[in-house]
Amino acid sequence: MSDIVEKTLTALPGLFLQHQAAGGSGVPRVSVSSRLGSLIRSITALTSKHEEEKLIQQELASLKATVAAPNTTLRLMKECMVRLIYCEMLGYESSFGYIHAIKLAQQGNLLEKRVGYLAVSLFLHENHELLLLLVNTVVKDLQSTNLVEVCMALTIVSQIFPREMIPAVLPLIEDKLQHSKEIIRRKAVQALYKFHLIAPNQVQHIHVKFRKALCDRDVGVMAASLHIYLRMIKENPSAYKDLTGSFVTILKQVVGGKLPVDFNYHSVPAPWLQIQLLRILGLLGKDDPRTSELTYDVLDESLRRAELSHNITYAILFECVHTIYTIYPKPELLEKAARCIGKFVLSPKINLKYLGLKALTYVIQQDPNLALQHQMTIIECLDHPDPIIKRETLELLYRITNAQNVSVIVQKMLEYLQQSKEEYIIISLVGKIAELAEKYAPGNEWFIQTMNAVFSVGGDVMHPDIPNNFLRLLAEGFDDENEDKQLRLYAVQSYLSLLEIENALYPQRFLQVMSWVLGEYSYLLDKGTPEIIITKLYRLLINKSTTSETKAWIMAAVTKLTSQTHSSKTVEKLIQEFSVSLDTCMRQHAFELKHLQENVELMKSLLPVDKSCEDLVVDASLSFLDGFVAEGLDQGAAPYKPHHQRQEEKLSQGKVLNFEPYGLSFSSTMSSSGCTGRQSPAGISLSSDVSGNSAETGQKETNSLKLEGVKKLWGKEGYLPKKENKAGSSPELQPIAQDSTLVENVDQMIMKKDQSQALHHSEEEAEKQRLASTLFVGLGSESAVSLLGKTDTVSHKFRRKSKINDTKNREVTSTHNINCSSFSPLSNAPYEDNDHLNSFQDKEDIGLKKCSLGSEFLESGLKSESLTELHLVENFSACSLSPPSLFEDNSMEIFHPPHPTLSSFANEISLTSSLLEELNEHVHSDLVELCNNEMLKVSSCKIWKDDCLLLVWLIVNKSSLELKNMNLEITSTENFKILEHPGFCFPVIEAESTKSIQHHVQMEKLFTEEDLSGCVKYKVEEDPYIQLEFSITLSLLDFIRPMKICTEDFGKLWLSFANDVKQNIKISDSQANLPFALKTLQQKLRLHIVDIIGNEGILACHLLPSVPCLLHLRAHEGMAALWFRSSCSTLPDYLLYQCQKVMEES
Amino acid sequence: ERQRQPPRPSQPPLLPAAAPLRFPLVPNGRPAHQSAGCLPKSEDTQQQIIRETFHLVSKRDENVCNFLEGGLLIGGSDNKLIYRHYATLYFVFCVDSSESELGILDLIQVFVETLDKCFENVCELDLIFHVDKVHNILAEMVMGGMVLETNMNEIVTQIDAQNKLEKSEAGLAGAPARAVSAVKNMNLPEIPRNINIGDISIKVPNLPSFK
Repeated sequence: MSDIVEKTLTALPGLFLQHQAAGGSGVPRVSVSSRLGSLIRSITALTSKHEEEKLIQQELASLKATVAAPNTTLRLMKECMVRLIYCEMLGYESSFGYIHAIKLAQQGNLLEKRVGYLAVSLFLHENHELLLLLVNTVVKDLQSTNLVEVCMALTIVSQIFPREMIPAVLPLIEDKLQHSKEIIRRKAVQALYKFHLIAPNQVQHIHVKFRKALCDRDVGVMAASLHIYLRMIKENPSAYKDLTGSFVTILKQVVGGKLPVDFNYHSVPAPWLQIQLLRILGLLGKDDPRTSELTYDVLDESLRRAELSHNITYAILFECVHTIYTIYPKPELLEKAARCIGKFVLSPKINLKYLGLKALTYVIQQDPNLALQHQMTIIECLDHPDPIIKRETLELLYRITNAQNVSVIVQKMLEYLQQSKEEYIIISLVGKIAELAEKYAPGNEWFIQTMNAVFSVGGDVMHPDIPNNFLRLLAEGFDDENEDKQLRLYAVQSYLSLLEIENALYPQRFLQVMSWVLGEYSYLLDKGTPEIIITKLYRLLINKSTTSETKAWIMAAVTKLTSQTHSSKTVEKLIQEFSVSLDTCMRQHAFELKHLQENVELMKSLLPVDKSCEDLVVDASLSFLDGFVAEGLDQGAAPYKPHHQRQEEKLSQGKVLNFEPYGLSFSSTMSSSGCTGRQSPAGISLSSDVSGNSAETGQKETNSLKLEGVKKLWGKEGYLPKKENKAGSSPELQPIAQDSTLVENVDQMIMKKDQSQALHHSEEEAEKQRLASTLFVGLGSESAVSLLGKTDTVSHKFRRKSKINDTKNREVTSTHNINCSSFSPLSNAPYEDNDHLNSFQDKEDIGLKKCSLGSEFLESGLKSESLTELHLVENFSACSLSPPSLFEDNSMEIFHPPHPTLSSFANEISLTSSLLEELNEHVHSDLVELCNNEMLKVSSCKIWKDDCLLLVWLIVNKSSLELKNMNLEITSTENFKILEHPGFCFPVIEAESTKSIQHHVQMEKLFTEEDLSGCVKYKVEEDPYIQLEFSITLSLLDFIRPMKICTEDFGKLWLSFANDVKQNIKISDSQANLPFALKTLQQKLRLHIVDIIGNEGILACHLLPSVPCLLHLRAHEGMAALWFRSSCSTLPDYLLYQCQKVMEES
Repeated sequence: ERQRQPPRPSQPPLLPAAAPLRFPLVPNGRPAHQSAGCLPKSEDTQQQIIRETFHLVSKRDENVCNFLEGGLLIGGSDNKLIYRHYATLYFVFCVDSSESELGILDLIQVFVETLDKCFENVCELDLIFHVDKVHNILAEMVMGGMVLETNMNEIVTQIDAQNKLEKSEAGLAGAPARAVSAVKNMNLPEIPRNINIGDISIKVPNLPSFK
């Protein structure tokens, strides 16, 4: 008490002064308050929006002057705030007043403070920066001895409060939980609820206090704490099962009327509290028989007590029903609940009917028979004048849709859709129709027509997945080739007839779908030459309402069609017209078409018929230009430098005074190296004669070019027409569910019943009955009802085939032509230890889904094939023991101790003790069997010596005969250089003995992976030569070695290298830890970690024999900025690729 | 309470976390003029929501249900508009799926009855001329988007006390208003909950009971 008095006394002088000021300004209260009144009156007297604007702007201007004036009293300020609130409410911005609202909350007396807080809560939003200024005021008020101030502070906290400032007030609010006044405790709980919402972690430690609040002797506090519990239980029901008993007890007391009468609403005890508790019990009892057991009694009691006297009892009943159907079911309760639902559905009150439908929608999953009971009501609701009721009914029907009633239900939905204008409704309904159509379509015509309706109505607002899925379904087809054909044919026909119609306007998306289908599948038409279709498309193309995106689709279709025709006047005309188009894209397409048309053969091979499902191979590294580039370089052209490098050089040229001798002195710090990079003389003397063309852009694209689903026709570089040869695919058979027999019995019963009733009804009634029997056909039998979320158990009419299946059965021989990047996906690793044919096919499958990077170095199709053949010969069990290797086919185990699997080869290895020594001395790969027949086996092993790559070939004579004139020859290629003579000859290999040969290999030309192949020839006795071929894959990494240098040397080297590549890549969380990421690179790429400075790391390596490459890596917010420099122009690109691969995998 | 959706982190900036979206009072005729709002933030969006809501609500017939499924503006299918029509006034609450529809309908009723008690026969003009008071009453019922109090007597008690405070300030124009109001307000929460409006102003003796 004493401090209050003290406070009061200190406040007095200020208050007097304030009052004088107010008096001085001479604004009496009456006139102030009437200003808002007169403002409102004059506004309501206005007749136009324009006048209103003018008036408000005037008002705002005068308000602005008033609030900014130094002598404005707080009381006047309060009045201004009310007017500002009014102006804001009308939609006029008054941000100049925000700061004054905060000031008012800070300085005003209770009333003014209240208005200040109110204005703040209305003006500002959660993330507004001014909100921070409010924190101090809130802290002060929370500590106030005046309860009203505390209440106001708690209220504003629960309305808006900056998340980052929670710690400042949290202890104060926690204290308030023990406050003697229940209203304070109540508001404190509410404020904590708010904190729990915006920053759950910060209030975790006070969960115990929530429990206390739940047991508070004041009902209001307990009720407030239920908000928190409802929320927390929703997130994690299992953590609060122990509270079930408490909630049940509370509910029992509430239902039993133990609360003060005060809490009654229309003589129902605390209905909102009951609703809250029922929801909590529902969440707790879900799928939990034991918890549910506890609640049965009180639910029964609630149902019994809820006499239907008032709206609010329906609210409780509805909640009861919801809970009963949510928790573990108890038959008697379900029965009662079902009766309750009946009361809702049959109620003449429209609100209750709505809720009844909602309840039905919910319980239909458990009890489809309930829908049958109420079918007539449902039918009536379908024609209800209230669109909300109609929509809820459709939602219900959507959930009982099956193959038999789909057409009626979709029909109803389309009818609704046609009357609906709201975008939101169109989007959701169109999505549902598309889903049902795809799942249950009774026939091709119906499906196509339904989808046509969907596209016409859904137009450009529908979810883009819908047309995409549709096209994909058409393209990938389903189980039966014939069906596929008919569906496509029908689609083509229906689109043609749609385009027939004069002046019909279709949404752009629909036009896109049409043009794609026409382009792909019009060949199915018997008659009708492409010319006719091209003419139609041409008409679309010149239509003014067609957007340029759609035009691109149409152009693509025309291009496809042109390849099927010989010559077309329309195409000529089109080319002529569009090669002068102002739209550069169209012009580009026209030129492409023109050139393609000149070479019919090429065009046909580029645009084969019906190959839309094949994956495209994109040579993203543009390797086909290598020759051109090399030629250019030979003739003295400067090597290509990426944009950032050029810019950097320009920058450094700007600083002219950077003379050589000083250049190195500040090179040792990484940060400066970026801008001081200079062109080194080494830049010209390329150590490799391959193209200086940077593959950087190409590699970026490997991440994005996943061509799934709808074929991507147009890429950055324009049309991407290259296609693969199609390999035979044998579709899986998907039996269509034949669950209809059971269903039909039930249907017949229903229909009989219906018919007997129908005799007494009027024509109209009969009509409804008919509708009912079509709608509810198939219901009542569990198996026939398709429930949302259980759809997987129902077989789909149009079932999408997975791509994997599609490709699984490709013949291996076809892989010859497919430059797939089988080295790229991590998912290949598990297959590594499985050398059955299948695994290679699987690998191909995955590989096929990726775009290959530069066919030049990716002859992996070839490789796989040869490996496959080899493995067909004999199942080489030893291999299957080796663990998944990161480097796939080469089976490298880098920096591993000699591997246990090696023991299986021990007998062989022991024969060559010198080899064994070598193996132990150096890092080496597992022994891999390369080829094999009944006489002989060739295996090989890579030894990564510090200065070279050593390939060891082991030739084992398994037979009991002598092998003579054994020759081993390595095919020479431009990529490798074998230091020794590539051939080797053993005059004789004795029976059951092993010989070894070693070759030192050097890389001649950069590649990512390349095969080294060779053959062995031998004679047995005097028979002719027998020849065995083999090949082994070498990767760039086989030739990379760590380069051990110090930071200073790194800095010097860095500056001297001109070729650099920069790229940002995403890194996973585990790699956010920089040392870990570096470790990964060290282990997998054999880079040497030179130094780690903060979030930057530098690494170095060299390519044998001695081409250095440096890497600077900076990790920042889930991204790693990689920056390579090397004296070789192409090495950085190759390494970057490897880095990306490794980072993605780990 | 019912008004607001619990914040969902994934939600677009349209509806900032936990911002109570309440827009009661949309009288007929000129929607923007008379609707009060504490809406999701950007000024334009607020106005658009009010306009759209008014548009949706005002064209409803009498014999249809009081629930409206939300459009994209109010955050999609999880949110509903629940409205009640009193003479020329529409009271509209926007709620998410965690609220009971019928419960909200009656909450609106409680709100209106409370307004009626506080303004003694409330009329449209009261709500327009005393926007701030309406907000304060609502804040007693609904705090941070959650129902705080549904007990009409309790709400009226709180509001009455505040009104007295205002009157006393007005009446004591020359006195140190702040000191007076501070003392007067001390009693506010003292009222036992199960007693209907007590004589608040005499309860001063209880002061020492709290620090």
